[in-house]
Amino acid sequence: MNAESKDVIHSRLWEEEASEDDPFTAQACFCSGYDVYGEILELASYPEYLYLLFRGERPAPPSARALEILAIAIANPGPRDPSAHAAMCAGVSGSPGAAVLMAALAAGAGVSGGAREVFLCMNLWNTCGRNPQAWHTALLTPPPAGKMEVWPVAEHPPGFSPYARSCAIPVLQTLAALARQLPGGNTAWLHTQRAAMEEASGHPLAMTGVIAAALGDLGFAPATGEMLTLLLRLPGAAAHALEQRESGFRHFPFFAIDIINDPGPPAAPGETP
Amino acid sequence: MNGTSPLEAWEGPLRTTVGGCFPGERAVFRGHDLHTELRDTSWLDLYLFGVTGRRQTPAQIRLLYAMWVNTSYPDARLWNNRVAALAGSARSTGILGVCAAIATSEAAIYGRQVDVAIADFLVRARAAVQSGRPLAEVVAGELQVNRSIGGYGRPVAKSAADERNAVVLELARKEGLADGEYLKLAFAIEAILLAGRWRMRMNYAALAAALVLDMGLSPREYYFYLLPSFLAGMPPCFIEASERPAQATFPLRCSALRHEGPARRPWREAGTIS
Repeated sequence: MNAESKDVIHSRLWEEEASEDDPFTAQACFCSGYDVYGEILELASYPEYLYLLFRGERPAPPSARALEILAIAIANPGPRDPSAHAAMCAGVSGSPGAAVLMAALAAGAGVSGGAREVFLCMNLWNTCGRNPQAWHTALLTPPPAGKMEVWPVAEHPPGFSPYARSCAIPVLQTLAALARQLPGGNTAWLHTQRAAMEEASGHPLAMTGVIAAALGDLGFAPATGEMLTLLLRLPGAAAHALEQRESGFRHFPFFAIDIINDPGPPAAPGETP
Repeated sequence: MNGTSPLEAWEGPLRTTVGGCFPGERAVFRGHDLHTELRDTSWLDLYLFGVTGRRQTPAQIRLLYAMWVNTSYPDARLWNNRVAALAGSARSTGILGVCAAIATSEAAIYGRQVDVAIADFLVRARAAVQSGRPLAEVVAGELQVNRSIGGYGRPVAKSAADERNAVVLELARKEGLADGEYLKLAFAIEAILLAGRWRMRMNYAALAAALVLDMGLSPREYYFYLLPSFLAGMPPCFIEASERPAQATFPLRCSALRHEGPARRPWREAGTIS
């Protein structure tokens, strides 16, 4: 392969300038036209750079602050969450760091409490907007049968909690904080309409619903929102995995098991089964 | 509201029928002692017993193995294999590279998303035909909703015959497993698609799905059967990349990036935009 090869990567978001002495080393990198190491490195905040990477434009200060609030809110779902629990299983048994994060991604990806639920909920926002009747219909109508997917069918309305009795206080605090940064959008509307939405769905609002509303307000498409949810939830999973690796498997739950169809120990030679 | 959570009923010991181990003593696999009743089982037979709770016949197991063998391509350009190769090139671990490659195989333009979709379509189409709908109408209806039918046509060789089909079909005939209703249906669908304006041949995804559905597996069971189906091609790509100099597999020079975005602009002077 050489500079004239047809094997090229087309990109709107990234450009590199090769070093004069090595075509494989970049001497400058540009993200959507901005000099990453010459300017962004010291002038931009991390949420501003994240937003730039995924939207291609720098955010207004309230949008950057909203993304930062969202990142803090979901950075650590806590060690009881399936994604962190899965990460701890890898961490406590000494698996590679990447296996820890792959475990967190797999268990945090699903349609029940995971990134796919955020994706589905963002699709609902795109369909229903701020129309209470549309939401009412969508929340009570099973999704139309299409071709079978690798994803299991959602067992509860996306964005709402399958089991909680009332909306959890951290969810309310996150909703309020994001609504203040994103006035006039879906998040602020959700903040005022929460009770009606919960009544329509028959479930309390969940963090996934807040994430979906805020990511939509920030202009992210559902697939981008799904990806950001996966990414932003990793720090807590990693931290808990490292903590459990340190404390060791003897201090980590192993749980009892009840094998309903246990055939029992095999009969000893000469023993009647 | 009584203050209890439905999850409370699920606390305590994990109730299971799939099995468990008693370290130092024995292991149970779906109600059977692994080390006495199942000790000589072939791996695929055991794997499918784990997936379905049923046992397949020896002829079925032979064909199922052959269906894996004939789709094992150690071609590092293929997107899933390339993941394994790049992991090897970057000196990652073999299992990280191969597991990521398997996860990548859950793709939309090939692999598992296509597989579950075609298996599900064959089940739905058969039910529709049995209830009296003409197959041509079922096919046209599916194309109207989903624009394509996975299992027919191919992203990298749209009009060519799938090189795996004749081989696997011959093996299926040899094992007496090529007379099922789903296989006949898959060919009938191909005849419709070839005769119409779509000009799409049946590819391996449709043939394999039909053969396995005819063995009595559901689409979801078929999905799990396929999980390791590309596996054999992956470690060679990782290993060979490991044998090249580090980072020397698919190296890309800076000029291989074709920038098509905004022109260079200063961050410092820029106002906020959105």
